[in-house]
Amino acid sequence: MFLSMNWICDFVDLSGLDKLELIHRFSLSTAEVENDIFMRGEQISGIIVAEIVSVEPHPESKKLHLLKVDNGHEIVDVVCGAPNVKIGMKTAFAPVGAKIGDITIAPRKLAGFVSNGMCCSEEEIGISDDNSGIMEITDDIANGTDIKSVYEIDDIIFEVDNKSLTNRPDLWGHYGIAREFAVLAGRPLKNIDTLDTSVYSNLPKVDMKIEDPLCYRYTCIKVENITRNISPVNMRIRLYYCGMRAINFLADITNYIMLEMGQPMHAFDSRKVEQIRIKRFDKPFEFQTLDKEIRHIDENTLMICNGDTPVAIAGIMGGLDSEIVEDTTSLTLESATFDPVCIRKSTVRLSHRTDASMRYEKSLDPEMTDTAIGRFLYLLCENCKDVKIISALTDEYIYRYPEIAFDFDKKFVDRYTGIKIDNETILNTLNSLGFDTSLENTTFSVKVPSWRATKDVTIKADIIEEITRIYGYDNFDVHTAESPLYPVQISVEKNVEEQIKDILVKSYALHEVHSYIWNYYDELKTLGIEPEDNVKLINSTIAIRRNIAPTQLCQVKSNVSFAPDFGIFEVGRVVDGINPETNLCNEKKILCITLFSKTKSNEQLYLQLRDMIAVLVDDIKHKNISFEKAEQAHMWQHPKNLNSIICDGRKIGEIGLPYPTVMTKIDKKSAIVYAEIDVAELAEIKSDGIVYDEPSKYPEIEVDLTFRSDFFAPIDNALRKINSPIIKKTGVVDTYVDSIGKSITIRILFADKSKTLTREEVSAVTDMLIDMLKQQNIVMKE
Amino acid sequence: MLEKVKELKQSFDNAIQSAVDTQIVENLRIEYLGKKGIVTGLLKDMKNLSGDEKKSFGQQVNQLKSEITDAISAKLAQLQAKAVEREINSMPDFDVSAPPVLERGSFHPITLVQRDCERVFRSMGFTVEDYSEIVTDYECFEALNIPKFHPARDMQDTYYLENGQLLKSQTSAAQNAIYKKYRKALIEESKPIKAVFPGRCFRNEATDACHENTFFQMEGVMVDKNISISNLIFFMKTMLSEVFKKDIKVRLRPGFFPFVEPGFELDINCLICGGDGCPSCKQSGWLELCPCGMIHPEVLKAGGIDPEEYTGFAFGLGLTRLAMMKYGIKDIRDLNSGNLKSLSQFTQDK
Repeated sequence: MFLSMNWICDFVDLSGLDKLELIHRFSLSTAEVENDIFMRGEQISGIIVAEIVSVEPHPESKKLHLLKVDNGHEIVDVVCGAPNVKIGMKTAFAPVGAKIGDITIAPRKLAGFVSNGMCCSEEEIGISDDNSGIMEITDDIANGTDIKSVYEIDDIIFEVDNKSLTNRPDLWGHYGIAREFAVLAGRPLKNIDTLDTSVYSNLPKVDMKIEDPLCYRYTCIKVENITRNISPVNMRIRLYYCGMRAINFLADITNYIMLEMGQPMHAFDSRKVEQIRIKRFDKPFEFQTLDKEIRHIDENTLMICNGDTPVAIAGIMGGLDSEIVEDTTSLTLESATFDPVCIRKSTVRLSHRTDASMRYEKSLDPEMTDTAIGRFLYLLCENCKDVKIISALTDEYIYRYPEIAFDFDKKFVDRYTGIKIDNETILNTLNSLGFDTSLENTTFSVKVPSWRATKDVTIKADIIEEITRIYGYDNFDVHTAESPLYPVQISVEKNVEEQIKDILVKSYALHEVHSYIWNYYDELKTLGIEPEDNVKLINSTIAIRRNIAPTQLCQVKSNVSFAPDFGIFEVGRVVDGINPETNLCNEKKILCITLFSKTKSNEQLYLQLRDMIAVLVDDIKHKNISFEKAEQAHMWQHPKNLNSIICDGRKIGEIGLPYPTVMTKIDKKSAIVYAEIDVAELAEIKSDGIVYDEPSKYPEIEVDLTFRSDFFAPIDNALRKINSPIIKKTGVVDTYVDSIGKSITIRILFADKSKTLTREEVSAVTDMLIDMLKQQNIVMKE
Repeated sequence: MLEKVKELKQSFDNAIQSAVDTQIVENLRIEYLGKKGIVTGLLKDMKNLSGDEKKSFGQQVNQLKSEITDAISAKLAQLQAKAVEREINSMPDFDVSAPPVLERGSFHPITLVQRDCERVFRSMGFTVEDYSEIVTDYECFEALNIPKFHPARDMQDTYYLENGQLLKSQTSAAQNAIYKKYRKALIEESKPIKAVFPGRCFRNEATDACHENTFFQMEGVMVDKNISISNLIFFMKTMLSEVFKKDIKVRLRPGFFPFVEPGFELDINCLICGGDGCPSCKQSGWLELCPCGMIHPEVLKAGGIDPEEYTGFAFGLGLTRLAMMKYGIKDIRDLNSGNLKSLSQFTQDK
């Protein structure tokens, strides 16, 4: 919203004060002011009012005229190209020496004739966008008068971000803004001039009735004989500076009141609104608004009607049929307040936001409807003497916001602010903002003014804001809190998450990625993966993902050219369906890792990932993991080598490969493996901590044995069964495939803490192992 | 016999001098000093000599033996030194000018910025909380004093799910749960609530270089008996100075958010120009950084905390925005792209 400093100064005398500084304080105390502040009128100087005393056609140009212009002291020759020149017309004239922007006017030859100055259009002097001809001045002003001394061309215009006014319905007009400036400047706020409508109370009332409680108040009056069509120049300048176009006197004055008081108004052709009824309709219908658009009105939209015929969408826009037209003689002025939620919802439904609806949805003060009419009539009569008021002020006020008043203690202010603000400052601030405030002992009693009581100020904490924002946050003495200190607890799950990231990045050079929480429909399609059904976004076909792995396969595909070998991971959320009992989503935090390699086989890569997870679990929980074959549950999974990861007897995740066709679609010759681990499951496992095992002081014996076996598992099982106290460590040192099949070389480390082991003690164990395996047809390699 | 010893010595000296490797030296040792060697053989001849001769000859042979032993050791040492020298000389100069291979992983930039902030808040006694991404209408709005008709609830802004839940549109959605989690300790043990909760938020809007539907925030709250606006300004200034690692100027402007009263927009002096005005702060010298305010009494009440007795402040930091500011990321969409060309650059920060 653009604001005019001149307009503000109608209501508060700011003379002698630095206005830019005040605007800055307004920004810090009330609402955000945009950076660009416009010094209107600055670009012109020396423009005067002058009269055209003769008009001759140019001998060689159809467009140009040769004028004689009376500039107040002399008659000068001017060449002018405007089409609307005529004898006796007064206009804005830039004499020699005047400035328009960067140009200084000098005598200049135009098509063979010297022009001593220039007649200006309104656009050229910056007061409108009208460039169709030179400005026509109809006011009685002496020739030679500086135009800035009669018209408010010099003005400071600043813009307030509408978003910062959402909770302040009182700031949607200059008068409310002026109140803030008055408080900030410590100067009194003037009353707004209105016409006293009570003198017309004997006239007949308008036939008007509110038939729906969504209309809080409806005030109207009938006038006729508006003979003026063009608005006064100063009114037009203000509207233009504030971002509106002047249309005609009646429309302009309506807009002017809205910009001044924040109260939207509407004028109907009285012939079309003989019986004003405010109501909703049972059935949807179509309605043409005055912008000629056909709009679909439903049963929730409040309408202004003439009897049963809708004539306007309440609070949003008037209808085309009831608009003021050429032969309109009398008109009915509306000034009303509606339910703000109803207006906002209708605006959204119609996708049509207007200057009026924008204000109504902020919860306007219903107290001002009649004042706005009084102000309208005042401006009307001031500028058009012929106007006649032909009805009594007709007012129905069916919903009043409750009056808000409460007490608060000085201690409350001290505690909330943390600083000492003296009683007098509090009283002055609140009273000048319109809060009727008194103090008894240490208790303040405050009555919230109607323009702040529609939703904005309801509780004590709101009053704190009023006091502190005017006091100025820059003036606060800041200090730390006096709260006691306690050690900070860190949640196990949070810790696990951070450890995972550190290990994977620092030990395994993986890259952390993020992805969206929903299925990647387009990308999955290119991999031939059917996105899985799950809870969806409302009114949408998009479902939340059940797994991260499919997303990561898409991400791997888009990165195949990044490096021959890389791995990515994410700790992200998935939804595992809806819990039927609570109807809430089963949200899970999942670690997903995907490795990609152009240099390794699937098996090598798979085992690399397995080792990575084993280290991860060992680092975090000091526990071992084991694997169990898992059943394919998703079409993107490879049915083979799909294993559950088991730790401490619980399944913490799965490791596997993508389905062969998916793998081919990502890259024909590469290995890809993935794993998903439930972070909460992992976090819940009790850590074994580091269990220190003092090394034996006696020599250790290493024995290598090679068995013909496809898997280590039977060897491992046998060793477990033997469970010899002298076995310290077992590992696979080599695997080998020859014509007979696969063989595995294991290395067993024997040690005893109390003595040097003998060959016999060691052989007893290895012989037992060899025997046990022989029974399972696993023999030593020759 | 003595002549024989001399001859032997002479022939050994000749042989060892011409020896060029350790194997030849070893052969010489065996030839002269071995069990069946020449020197040993000499001793065998001794039995034919008389007492005096025997003694003198024995001395001669022993001397010869020790001379040969020393000569062999010396020769071996000489050859080893030569071998080391050869090894040293044969080693080429490595090409250290070749670009190093930096094979290492990367953290997501959000993780780096989030950890940085968490470190600061932890050091000031704030716990770090984790919260779900899918929340209820109550958590996200109702408990935050956002009335039913508030525009923030509109479908076009919030991702609602079929079951009535929603993707949280703000980290404030965790406030209620945090108050409930710690209220007992606050009331019964006088332990102030100090918590930050980083998390992912979702808003239904069209994406472009500056807009994302999925982004990260970090919310913080502090609740105790006498928490004031003055404390809020102090904490914000102190924490932000730590986060940005320089003395930050802050200023508050009134801002409207239903869950705080009074509510503020917090600006910091522009990090690029320091407050003099530059294109990135639109010449104002200030950057709008985070909304904050005193927790609305209704919000405390919803969390089971009596607003007459306790007050508190809350703030919301945009982690995504911080990461973009810190690393100069121009396109917000890069963050969720999974594009390793951009993400792999975020290695350990310090």
